[in-house]
Amino acid sequence: MNEIAEALGELARRRLDGQAVQGLRRVTAGATQEIWRFDLVSEGTPTPMILRRAPGGNRVSPNAIGLETEARLIDAAALAGAPAPPVRHILEPGDGLGRGFIMGFVEGETLGGRIAKGSALAAARPQLARQCGEILARIHSIDPGLFSTLHRSAPVELVALSDGAYRASDIPRPVFELAFRWLGDNCPPTPPRPRLVHGDFRNGNLIIGEDGIRAVLDWELAHVGDPMEDLGWICVNSWRFGVEDKPVGGFGEREDLYAGYEAAGGQPVNRDHARFWEVYGALRWGVMCAGMTAAFRGTDPSVERAVIARRTSESEIDLLRLLAA
Amino acid sequence: MQDPPTPSEILGAVAQFLRTAMTGEATGALAFQARVAANALEMAGRQLELAPAAERGEHERLRTLLGADGELLALNRELARRIRAGEVDPHTPALADHLWTVTLDKLAVDQPSYSGYRAALARRSAPKDDKETR
Repeated sequence: MNEIAEALGELARRRLDGQAVQGLRRVTAGATQEIWRFDLVSEGTPTPMILRRAPGGNRVSPNAIGLETEARLIDAAALAGAPAPPVRHILEPGDGLGRGFIMGFVEGETLGGRIAKGSALAAARPQLARQCGEILARIHSIDPGLFSTLHRSAPVELVALSDGAYRASDIPRPVFELAFRWLGDNCPPTPPRPRLVHGDFRNGNLIIGEDGIRAVLDWELAHVGDPMEDLGWICVNSWRFGVEDKPVGGFGEREDLYAGYEAAGGQPVNRDHARFWEVYGALRWGVMCAGMTAAFRGTDPSVERAVIARRTSESEIDLLRLLAA
Repeated sequence: MQDPPTPSEILGAVAQFLRTAMTGEATGALAFQARVAANALEMAGRQLELAPAAERGEHERLRTLLGADGELLALNRELARRIRAGEVDPHTPALADHLWTVTLDKLAVDQPSYSGYRAALARRSAPKDDKETR
């Protein structure tokens, strides 16, 4: 930690118009990311900042889009009018901090349960679904040509990827089979105009305040594809935090999401395709949970992994309900 | 014959310990982990109680559905294969009923407080005409 504080202090003086760094502390212990919070002191005034970097500085997963790309995506989103934290610096080898970037800290709530149910945000909730639609329209207006390294996948290829992950677990799941069959029968064609897709736009990855959505986080699953994917994913039941009857993140209505999307310049919403992506989302989350068993028996035998593995059945009931509707 | 208390009772007691003693003493990440551990033990306890009967029912229905015999895993593998190959119509009432029952039984063990489970359960125990218009 002292090494990080020292390197940050030097970086602050050299590149961030600051004199010092104070109050450095680790915020999360994620397996894929390290997030640190600190104050950048400039002319006596502390400004809260975030350092987001690869675990240990340099352990980058081969599947990740890369932290440099993530930082560029956040910049592009801000430029397109989506709420995003200001990126202050993308780490360079000479900075001695590994790979990652520094951005401004945005105050607000990120815990999904509090956002869906907490009394503090009761007044903000009714406007959130429409805001989500507006923000997604802006994200989808970003030129995908600026991000040539992102995966470009047709819907049918994304389904095949999940199918492969499911089959690798080698545990037969008749409900998943039923869902894969439904996805095969209802798969949208490759979109004529593939868009930049956030990939994990949901309650839990948004910073919310009394005034609404303040920032969109976690861009590491961004790719280029069918923009309806983002509209389906935020409706998956797992992100409603128990508030079943508010399909958008546990706080809003689908029609408000769609209206905001179209009003802010998004393409006309194809409701069948959005529903396809919600089913795909429920299944994708289920496959991820099911995959936790291998991790639990392998590299990370933690109680948390075991418990997440046993959340697979939540996706199974969600899928049965979606397919029966 | 082993003496009591039963495994379920022991798991319940340890879960209770984690919930009260540990989460009271510990803070932050440790308290969270203790709560997760208590949940995990309670899940294991519910499995000991509920899974034997549920799996007997699942096994029996699979034999009938598939017209075949074998171990539970093998029969599930065969059902999965037939669904994938399009050899069974997913709208067959017996298949749908089987999958709903299996899934609700699993959730009674895994996550009985899950919103989707509570809603599905309420739906299923509702009057029959309501269920048919689902």
